[in-house]
Amino acid sequence: MNSQAGKFKPGDRVTVKLEDRPGHIRTPWYIRGKTGWIERVYGDFLNPESLAYGRDGLPKRTLYLVAFNQADVWDRTAGPTDKVLVDIYEHWLDRTQ
Amino acid sequence: MSDTPADAHGHEHPKHELSHYAKRIYAIRDLLVEKGVLTEKDIQCQVEYQEARSPANGSKLVAHAWVDSAFKARLIADPKAACAEMGIDAAAVNEFVILENTEKVRHMVVCTLCSCYPRPILGRPPDWYKSFNYRQRAVVDPRGVMREFGLDLPDDVEVRVHDSTADIRYLVLPLRPKGTEGHSEADLAQLVTRDSMIGVTDALPTIPE
Repeated sequence: MNSQAGKFKPGDRVTVKLEDRPGHIRTPWYIRGKTGWIERVYGDFLNPESLAYGRDGLPKRTLYLVAFNQADVWDRTAGPTDKVLVDIYEHWLDRTQ
Repeated sequence: MSDTPADAHGHEHPKHELSHYAKRIYAIRDLLVEKGVLTEKDIQCQVEYQEARSPANGSKLVAHAWVDSAFKARLIADPKAACAEMGIDAAAVNEFVILENTEKVRHMVVCTLCSCYPRPILGRPPDWYKSFNYRQRAVVDPRGVMREFGLDLPDDVEVRVHDSTADIRYLVLPLRPKGTEGHSEADLAQLVTRDSMIGVTDALPTIPE
């Protein structure tokens, strides 16, 4: 895994795009529009949104482990420090202050 | 599939009435073979490969990590190389990440989109892992799911649910149960259940009867 890839670094705050796109999307609905932070940079991978239709998956997309507080994702949470962590490709993320 | 008759085009279909989706799968398989995308042998090799995988591979890795801290560090730093060291072929995993549980942090793995799972290590996922029920509740109410698997965590333990949505496959490294200091590595491996490597519960406290 190439950890030098991508425009975000661990700790950067990001918001998942709140978009509805047709096709094979690997960004779950429940996390769209939510704000979290980059936990880990996984490197560059072929784009599944292209691969799923028999295309070449290029250009590669940087994949991140993005962390969210459970309390910021759902109305309910049991543990105050609980998190949900989702693997998200860079083109689904916007930088947030 | 020894109880199924071979049909006119050389392979076997089950005798009983098939569901709509089963019929569709067989039709797609026939077309892939007919069009030369795959051979019958490719399909059979893949079935045999999948059948040969079992959670025992993961149990072996975890037990070895419990008794050898240098191996544990290597397993976390480079899981594929550590698997190779133990004679486990992990080449077919895209990217493989180990999530280490501690007294204060528990990890749990789900794939809300489908059923992504570290198959080359653990084999096929259990049916509940693929169910809508688990896939929805794991991210919304992980503590409730863990309670149903027998693990009731206090609030000061952080629960980290990993939604395995892309190219990474996750394996949880459960905590070594207390009171197992004298256990052999083989005995320890018996404590490492499939469910403890998905992270819905801890490893067993004692060897099952």
